[in-house]
Amino acid sequence: MTIEAIQNDIIDEFSMFEDWEERYQYMIDLGKTLPLIDEKYKTEDHIIKGCQSKVWVHANLEDDKINFTADSDAIITKGIIAILIRVFSNQNPKAIIDANTDFIDKIGLKEHLSPTRANGLVSMIKQLKLYAIAYQTQLN
Amino acid sequence: MYMELKQMLDIQKIRKDFPILNRKVNGKPLIYFDNAATSQTPQQVIDVIVDYYSNYNANIHRGVHALSQEATDAYELARVKIQKHFNAKSPHEIIYTSGTTHSINLVANGFSSLLTKGDEILISALEHHSNIVPWQMLCERTGATLKVIPMNQNGELVLSEFDALLNDKTKLVFVNHISNALGTINPIEYIINEAHKVDAAVLVDGAQSCPHIKPDVQSLDVDFYVCSAHKICGPTGVGMLYGKEAWLNKLPPYQGGGEMIAEVTFEKTTYADLPHKFEAGTPNICGGIAFGAAVDYMNAIGFEAIAAHENELLDYATHQLQQIERLKIYGTSKEKTSVISFNVGAIHPYDIGTILDKMGIAVRTGHHCAQPIMDFYNIPGTIRASFMFYNTKEEIDTFIAALKKAVLMLS
Ligand SMILES: Cc1ncc(COP(=O)(O)O)c(C=O)c1O
Repeated sequence: MTIEAIQNDIIDEFSMFEDWEERYQYMIDLGKTLPLIDEKYKTEDHIIKGCQSKVWVHANLEDDKINFTADSDAIITKGIIAILIRVFSNQNPKAIIDANTDFIDKIGLKEHLSPTRANGLVSMIKQLKLYAIAYQTQLN
Repeated sequence: MYMELKQMLDIQKIRKDFPILNRKVNGKPLIYFDNAATSQTPQQVIDVIVDYYSNYNANIHRGVHALSQEATDAYELARVKIQKHFNAKSPHEIIYTSGTTHSINLVANGFSSLLTKGDEILISALEHHSNIVPWQMLCERTGATLKVIPMNQNGELVLSEFDALLNDKTKLVFVNHISNALGTINPIEYIINEAHKVDAAVLVDGAQSCPHIKPDVQSLDVDFYVCSAHKICGPTGVGMLYGKEAWLNKLPPYQGGGEMIAEVTFEKTTYADLPHKFEAGTPNICGGIAFGAAVDYMNAIGFEAIAAHENELLDYATHQLQQIERLKIYGTSKEKTSVISFNVGAIHPYDIGTILDKMGIAVRTGHHCAQPIMDFYNIPGTIRASFMFYNTKEEIDTFIAALKKAVLMLS
């Protein structure tokens, strides 16, 4: 599936929620159920400091596609990470570099991606793209 | 009974002074419990700001024209209001600054020329971490050593350790009057007294005390006392440094520029007298005037009434919070103000803060710029609810219900 198709799926899913509570409960549940990263990657090297909640990201290239795993110590942040991973993981580097994140706005989570929010998500997306750029140069 | 009645505040009337308390956040009426970070501004202070820019905005201390004179008079009158509020001996012992941080840096910088290698500076374990940095820098510059007065599990300073740390080499003691992370009221009278026995100067950070207490700098006999206007219903970007005249004369100027000089030639500059020596450049004129208005506003309500109401809120909220399973309060000193830091089980404070925000409730989450305190308790941070005189028990009820809901969602 393309990044755009996945994003549209997510927008459809979120449109079924009646209010913020259902949206947040969904993210919390996502955050609770998913084991996102191998414990051995939860190290200082993989940490993105967001002041309040921490985010860990790891990437590897397989068949020209990047797999991302990530985690956070805060559950809501982790839920959003799960959504971002679903969008960006298992894609080729070029698609990741070109992708935008407007869908976050459409599913009502814009405030979490504000650059001034201290949760590390903005830096996380930047980091995903940096990985993609690095792998892209490897592939070229 | 009469006393009680006299002390009761007409909260509904007071709330009408604060336009922001009418707004909605995420569709819910705002409940503002982040007062320890910054307080809200009453119409009386907003009016003063609008009046300044509408009617007499001008640069001060240098014009012959009417506006400049009016602005200068208002600015200096505000200084006198602040002086009276803190009961300083004279207005020139009040230095306008951009806030607590600036005031502390001013003193720390001044001590560069007064300290030598081997001298010691004592600070408390309860400090705002941004306030630890100026002392570390001072130690680097002078070769002095930084010593820390430890705290106990209740979030109180261990005074026997303080006594043991104090010695002839101690030149300066820095402690906050009230901890921003835990709300502990520190025994500054004792600390000042003991420090003076070894001739050490004492600087008290009053950023968190001034919203709740009216400090009397003369009876405290404190050497320096600092605060920010924005925590006492004034605007951001302005604050003050109180210093005993003798101390302020001993400290060299902090910044060079206009206002702080008496005479300048290329060979030598003589500095202006207090307070101008420390007020280089065009200051936050409107801010200073509004600071004075904020002090007037707080005094019109009355600090006894404020303390009585806030203590009631503190007791009420503490009791309600203690009913919640797995909830742990950090900072349990008997002497504390209306600040409650807590966690619920292993739930991340950020998650609870996010859900509360969805329900229109503003609390602070995180380490509250007091990383060493969080490390002491071995936690990433806390949720902090802090109350001002304009908060109500009804708001606390709504907050408790919202908190229970957040915990349910997150468990
Ligand atoms: C105890 C304490 N000291 C200093 C400060 C810093 O104040 P300002 O940012 O106004 O300089 C604060 C504000 O959070 C505080 O709570």
